[in-house]
Amino acid sequence: MTVAVVVFPGSNCEHDVVYALRSLGCEAELVWHRDVDLTAFDGVVLPGGFAHGDYLRTGAIARFSPVMAEVRRMADEGAPVLGICNGFQILTEAGLLPGVLLANRDLRFICRPVHLRVESTESILTKMATVGDVLEIPLNSYEGNYTADPAESGRVLLTYSDGAGKVSPATNPNGSMDNIAGIANGAGNVAGLMPHPERAIESILGSTDGRVLLRSFAVSVAAFAEGRPARV
Amino acid sequence: MTDDEFSSVVGLLGREPKIAELAMYSVMWSEHCSYKSSRPHLGRFPTEAPWVVVGPGENAGVVDLGDGWLAALRIESHNHPSFVEPYQGAATGVGGILRDVFTMGARPIALWDQIRFGHLDDPHNRYLFSGVVAGIAGYGNAVGVPTVGGEVAFEDCYRGNPLVNVMCLGILRADQLVLGTAGEPGTISVLLGSSTGRDGIGGASVLASASFDEDSSAKRPAVQVGDPFQEKKLIEACLELYQKNLVVGIQDLGAAGLSCSTSEPAARAGMGMDVDLDRVHVRESDMTPGELLMSESQERMMAFVHPDQLDEVLAVAEKWEVDASVVGEVKPGGTLRVFKDGNLVAEVPASSLSEDAPTYDRPYSEPSWLADLWASTTDSSQSPDIGTSLLTMLGDPSLGDPSWVYQQYDHMLFLNTVVGPGDNGNLLRIKGTTKGLAVSTDGNGRLCYLDPRRGAARLVYESALNVAMVGARPMAVVDNLNFGNPEKPEVMWQFTETVEGISQACESLEIPVIGGNVSFYNETDGIDIYPTPIVGMLGLADPLPDRPPRLEAGKAGMDVWLLGPRNGTNLAGSAFEKLVSGHLGGRPTDPHPSTAGAVIGLARHLAVQGVAPVLHDVSEGGLAVAIAEICIRSEVGAAISFSDWHHLFCEDPHRFIAVAPPEAAASIRAAAHGSGVAATRIGSLGGSSIEFERNDRIEGSISLDAVAAAWRGAIRDRMDH
Repeated sequence: MTVAVVVFPGSNCEHDVVYALRSLGCEAELVWHRDVDLTAFDGVVLPGGFAHGDYLRTGAIARFSPVMAEVRRMADEGAPVLGICNGFQILTEAGLLPGVLLANRDLRFICRPVHLRVESTESILTKMATVGDVLEIPLNSYEGNYTADPAESGRVLLTYSDGAGKVSPATNPNGSMDNIAGIANGAGNVAGLMPHPERAIESILGSTDGRVLLRSFAVSVAAFAEGRPARV
Repeated sequence: MTDDEFSSVVGLLGREPKIAELAMYSVMWSEHCSYKSSRPHLGRFPTEAPWVVVGPGENAGVVDLGDGWLAALRIESHNHPSFVEPYQGAATGVGGILRDVFTMGARPIALWDQIRFGHLDDPHNRYLFSGVVAGIAGYGNAVGVPTVGGEVAFEDCYRGNPLVNVMCLGILRADQLVLGTAGEPGTISVLLGSSTGRDGIGGASVLASASFDEDSSAKRPAVQVGDPFQEKKLIEACLELYQKNLVVGIQDLGAAGLSCSTSEPAARAGMGMDVDLDRVHVRESDMTPGELLMSESQERMMAFVHPDQLDEVLAVAEKWEVDASVVGEVKPGGTLRVFKDGNLVAEVPASSLSEDAPTYDRPYSEPSWLADLWASTTDSSQSPDIGTSLLTMLGDPSLGDPSWVYQQYDHMLFLNTVVGPGDNGNLLRIKGTTKGLAVSTDGNGRLCYLDPRRGAARLVYESALNVAMVGARPMAVVDNLNFGNPEKPEVMWQFTETVEGISQACESLEIPVIGGNVSFYNETDGIDIYPTPIVGMLGLADPLPDRPPRLEAGKAGMDVWLLGPRNGTNLAGSAFEKLVSGHLGGRPTDPHPSTAGAVIGLARHLAVQGVAPVLHDVSEGGLAVAIAEICIRSEVGAAISFSDWHHLFCEDPHRFIAVAPPEAAASIRAAAHGSGVAATRIGSLGGSSIEFERNDRIEGSISLDAVAAAWRGAIRDRMDH
């Protein structure tokens, strides 16, 4: 089983994602955005960065990259599809996840660790976690302010909280609706989040709380590779 | 260009230059490109050591880290562009420094910014500060290179002339080192990256090499515009070219654009070159030859390619969606010939542009006002209120919490950042090895104004100590020398004294200077900035410490130690004098080379052994501020004893604090004794306030909450309201 990590021109977290997945025992390879055949892969990650420069709305160009047809096919087949930061923005632009990501409330880029409360374990990103767990994971974005029609906001996986798991306006770093940091589609096989779990996998870098999320993803990919649908 | 310089060109060519030729000489012979005022003095720097692979003169300095790994380091200034247009000025500074590093074959892995402004209580300074920070963030984050540290400082002298310096570190395998040489005759010159336009025409001469006045906003068209997306693609394309061994040499297009990127590599190879300007991909039509040759359009590189490999090179460019055009060919004989519309528009000796630039041995003399300044002291017999003084100092933007700045920068990308911004030095690991790279950058305009030689030497020692405190051996220096108008003898004196101070300190520590940059003409309306050298220090930690000391690692019950000389009383140039007394005068303490070496060795030993969870240098703000920073970051109070209040605010060099559990006392004493460094237990951590005791009486006390609030709000509150 192998995960495809898609490289758009302007992506910059692709090597970090490959490094993190491999350190968890999950094989991963870089795939160029013009590659249009992902049949050799059992899961896909759209990593962080600035795909196509993000000079227009974030992800607005990337959704038209040739690889996205394959990403859509894999999502439809139930394969695990994960968007991190810019990858999350691209998934919303592509309509694979609901909602949009606006500029941060304070109109400034935010790079710092935040606390996340696990709200649902019914997804490829959170299945190994427990509802109520609090994870410390770095946020790194300018457009991280999630908003959606409340009727369509998907399954909320993670919310911005304090260290004790209390979710309040004071723990909202960027103005996201209901403090939402990560969501999944109804089937749970397509997930996106703004914080970077690949930046929280080793204690020497400050936190290992991202491992449970990437391990959930890796386990889901393995299950899908064995022919079991990733739907949860 | 002066009349004398014009005569030199006529003498070189044996005729009057054509317009395009004059354009080339005017930018290549500018102060910014030719170092014509500084070059006679820069030879003073010690530049050699067994681990130096590439010293000053190339695009970046390169050192050997062992096991086939090299590091490339470079520092630059973008002061004047950032004043005229803060966002683009700072952004393009980041872009330029990145190109200097990946030109060498290295992947850029980290950036540092050293930025200085007038005080934030002035709205124009807030505009410049927020614009510069946004520009650094906007470019650095999008180009995908983390900004892991730097400095912010505020002084009135930077009000009309902010300083925006940027440093970049790259790593590479030894077999991927590339130099800026054009190669043998027949080698093809391929221009890669953005199209060429009229942006940044003559930036090197109009902006970077001239002083400012009230009409400076009219210079805005000379500022370039950055495109980090183009740069990101260019980085990846070039790294793939190096990996596939497809280039003979490569040179970035920065200051002086095509003029520089054709003449310098040709001169280095002892060759000439034919260049066809009609083949340059452009973003606007009807550009004159002079404009094409002078344009400083960003995100461009000139690769020198063997003809058999041209197709492969163009295929790599196409994959990364990078525009490429074949613009020239290397010729024997040393003549650079430039064609436009089939006409020969320039024909000059390639080496004359870079190597025959005039040099000026400008007169220098000690400023007449210096003796009075040294004699000017305040009455310091009366003890100040220590707690209130501490609040005032930590509430100033220069000493307050810089997280408002660095939280706008991606400082974690690449998963290398072991010690990030906000600590003493930074520590980056090199994945797949046992190695770590430590970096510190330091500047202090006040000290250097009062005594440039002592001030500059102390910066070298301070940055070496910072690098040692994360467990690394200091191994190389780059410097950025920001000065006023070199045509004034007292400014040239400040410059020569600074070079001497840096050189002496580097010699005493046996650390080579591997590169640098000189920025003159930092004056506005005739007022010069403080002489402001910035020292960037690179150190190697091998092996990387498991748990390097951190400011937040202090716990109640731990002892607080002062390592190094303890009874200094000199407050000249200190933050206390500036912020509490409102005074600048006196003469800073001379550094002591052998003490410096011993203290640096001790700090490294303690960091490597993991004896003390917290190490922190005593620098701006003195002992009191250093203790407070540990307390704020570790969220615990302290009780500190002292005998003379001057000791609390004195900034004398070669001192650091160690915080360790009581059972480590014997190890610390033994290590200090072995190094010949004084070790004094001055107190302990605990409680919820910072207390200063003399003769068992509390003579100053301030609640931790109060100092933390002042520190956190120093920049944030001024910028958010």
